[in-house]
Amino acid sequence: MCMKLLILIVLFFFTLNVSAELSSHGMVPDTMAERVKACTICHYHGDNNQERSSYYPRIAGKLEGYLVNQLRHFRDGRRYHQAMALLLENMSDDYLQAIAHYFSKLDIPYPPPESIDLKPNEIELAKKLIRLGDPQRDIPACSACHGDSLMGNMSYIPGLLGLPSAYLTAQLSDWRSGSLIRGQVTNCMSAIAKQLSYDEIIVVSRWLATQTVEGETQKTLSPDLVKRCQSIFLEGVAQE
Amino acid sequence: MSHYYVSSALCSVRKYVIGCLVLLVLFTVRVHAASPTDQSLAEGEYLTRVGNCLGCHTAKGGIPFAGGRQLTTAFGTFVTPNITPDKETGIGRWTEEDFWLAMHEGKSRDGRMLYPAFPYTEFTKITRADAKLIFEYLQSIPAVSQVNPAHAIPFPYNSKPLLFGWRKLFFKQGIYETDPTQSEEWNRGAYLVQGLGHCDACHTARNEVGAKKDAALGGGQMMSSNWYAPSLYSRKEAGVMDWNLEDIIELLSSGVSKHANASGPMATVVQQSLQYWSPQDVRAMAVYLKSLPDKAVEANIRYPEMSENAKRYLAQGKKVYEKHCQDCHGEIGQGVPGIYPPLANNRSVTLPVPLNLIRVILNGGYPPTTYLNPQPYGMPPFQQLLRDEEIAQVISYIRNAWGNRGGLVTIVDVDQGRGSGH
Ligand code: HEC
Ligand code: HEC
Ligand code: HEC
Ligand code: HEC
Ligand code: HEC
Repeated sequence: MCMKLLILIVLFFFTLNVSAELSSHGMVPDTMAERVKACTICHYHGDNNQERSSYYPRIAGKLEGYLVNQLRHFRDGRRYHQAMALLLENMSDDYLQAIAHYFSKLDIPYPPPESIDLKPNEIELAKKLIRLGDPQRDIPACSACHGDSLMGNMSYIPGLLGLPSAYLTAQLSDWRSGSLIRGQVTNCMSAIAKQLSYDEIIVVSRWLATQTVEGETQKTLSPDLVKRCQSIFLEGVAQE
Repeated sequence: MSHYYVSSALCSVRKYVIGCLVLLVLFTVRVHAASPTDQSLAEGEYLTRVGNCLGCHTAKGGIPFAGGRQLTTAFGTFVTPNITPDKETGIGRWTEEDFWLAMHEGKSRDGRMLYPAFPYTEFTKITRADAKLIFEYLQSIPAVSQVNPAHAIPFPYNSKPLLFGWRKLFFKQGIYETDPTQSEEWNRGAYLVQGLGHCDACHTARNEVGAKKDAALGGGQMMSSNWYAPSLYSRKEAGVMDWNLEDIIELLSSGVSKHANASGPMATVVQQSLQYWSPQDVRAMAVYLKSLPDKAVEANIRYPEMSENAKRYLAQGKKVYEKHCQDCHGEIGQGVPGIYPPLANNRSVTLPVPLNLIRVILNGGYPPTTYLNPQPYGMPPFQQLLRDEEIAQVISYIRNAWGNRGGLVTIVDVDQGRGSGH
């Protein structure tokens, strides 16, 4: 009798212990959202404070193929940002793919567009480059690649809306000057940026940042533009 | 005559003379049969994983074994050479003897003394048979023509006499000698840890030859700048004499464990090499590491009674902890096993040298992705979010909370920890 009670008591405590351990495990959700908390401290995630930086690009909802390519570039030193390089340093391609997949499917509201005053001639210049390009300098319309709504195209060409103007300016100027952040790789986009003047870069970036985000991503690209961006598509396909 | 050398080494143990004769015959047969078998190539490939040749001899995102990876050290930047069998730019013209001299004596084919950024200081311990398996495997992979940039080693570290002197002091050539008083498993572990696994390249030099830290080319610092590789001979640092065998195995093959995680350069070692070790070899390594003596002098540091100032400092740190850290590491620093490392009773937190700790908080990090832990959880970088003062406070707090005891950390320490990029 006494013995039985003792066993029961022991068993009781045992179960208590076990369930405590289970719940402490259980407290950490087995999700990608939890795993990428180290990223969302900087990248807008819906619940953190976007105002903190006017530079950090939004990555939620970007095309998966594009994101994987960028993550590999950061990890392997073809694109440079110290904080990200250190975080990604010991990650496999598979994990980068999973992270890219997660962010590409993340559907959260976009922040309101930036309010920057642009003069009418600046607006005209931006629109012209974006919708028509400049055949004389071999610049196709930005929308020919980035999609009519500028929301991205063909998995590897990113959307251009909802990004801070400071970030856009930095990317385009870096390609133009061939510097460390992004300019060490040559591809169709770096070639185009090299044709733009600094003034054009600033105006286009500002115009893009003031647009309301709407529209769908596109899945059509003319064969000659596919060919032009071949290196990027091949890079992505090699990965799959 | 290489086969003769190996066979005679095997035969030096009288007892096994008969076995040796058989071996000698087999060996000769194999030598005459010339080309390596699939089996021996697979063994060679495995050994390159164990020695992490791939990790060092491949540029980030580059072609396997074609070199070009930059190793940034306190002495300058080393660039690894191409070790594919390309005749002009790789080791295609090398003989097995040339390769043996590189691994065993640290000499290149042209007789040049190699820098110990190539861990021949440890590789010297491997057997000629293992070296041959590695060589044959490397000769079987696709030849890649790739010229890599030269090392960027400034004076005086680029001087021959200095390297010569360093070798005299620190380089002891010689194959691992079996300790007959220990088990076969222990000996296998010792052979791997001291030899191909080259753990000492980071772990010992700093501590055991620590006094020589300022001497040119002092080993540990060569491998990576601005991380402290704790001693495997101290239970207060990286020694695992108190751990279960299972926990040691888990840490080294998966990168996480209930005691601690592999971070920084150690995470890279786990990702590039240790996760591929066979279960038998990981176990042998664990058995050996567990047996190492605790050489730490019982420091018996007595921490003075906290002053009111210090208490206030720590109280500030506690606030930072509650706001930014507690969600993951827990109210009492208990963590979540295998996911968020505990901070209570974790040696990484109380190490006398707070360098790694400062780096982890400034830069954050993920444990390595491994077969056993393919999708690890991460620690955010706080560099942009917290002021140096807050970082110093929170570190001081976790070093002195929940039974931990360690020195306070100042803004100056934090700033120094920022140091160079990697
Ligand atoms: C310390 C802040 C910070 C953290 C933490 C951080 N990032 Fe970033 N991330 C940036 C900045 C800044 C850039 C823009 C870099 C540049 O100038 O090119 C960026 C760029 C990116 C881009 C490219 C976006 C584009 O449109 O091209 C991706 C993708 C990305 N980060 C993913 C991640 C992931 C995944 C993590 C977590 C593992 C992470 N980041 C953690 C700051 C951060
Ligand atoms: C020929 C096709 C093509 C054209 C035309 C083109 N782009 Fe791009 N753009 C790309 C590709 C592809 C990328 C992705 C580059 C990469 O993977 O690094 C890109 C990336 C970008 C990015 C980086 C976005 C981010 O999230 O980091 C910006 C900004 C950009 N383009 C702006 C422009 C502007 C402005 C124009 C017009 C002047 C333009 N692009 C025209 C193909 C094009
Ligand atoms: C920690 C990084 C590292 C690891 C691990 C490493 N190496 Fe090296 N290796 C180097 C560096 C750096 C050099 C260049 C040394 C010099 O030029 O003085 C080098 C040089 C060599 C050389 C001489 C090449 C020549 O042209 O003289 C050979 C052969 C070699 N390594 C083979 C290997 C093999 C085989 C392995 C694996 C068992 C390996 N290495 C692992 C960094 C490493
Ligand atoms: C490239 C340098 C390097 C090499 C090579 C290396 N380590 Fe480490 N190791 C470190 C550093 C730095 C730390 C401290 C960071 C950490 O705690 O993970 C560490 C930490 C450790 C720890 C303690 C983990 C903890 O926090 O308690 C163990 C155990 C360990 N290493 C074992 C090994 C073994 C076994 C090998 C050889 C197979 C090895 N290391 C090779 C650099 C290295
Ligand atoms: C989103 C969850 C998260 C938050 C918030 C967080 N950490 Fe961490 N922390 C981790 C993870 C995951 C690791 C393991 C990283 C690794 O292995 O590289 C870690 C590692 C550490 C380590 C190293 C432990 C070891 O064994 O090497 C220390 C110290 C630490 N964190 C302190 C802090 C402090 C202080 C804060 C607040 C300022 C904090 N952490 C906030 C998740 C977190």
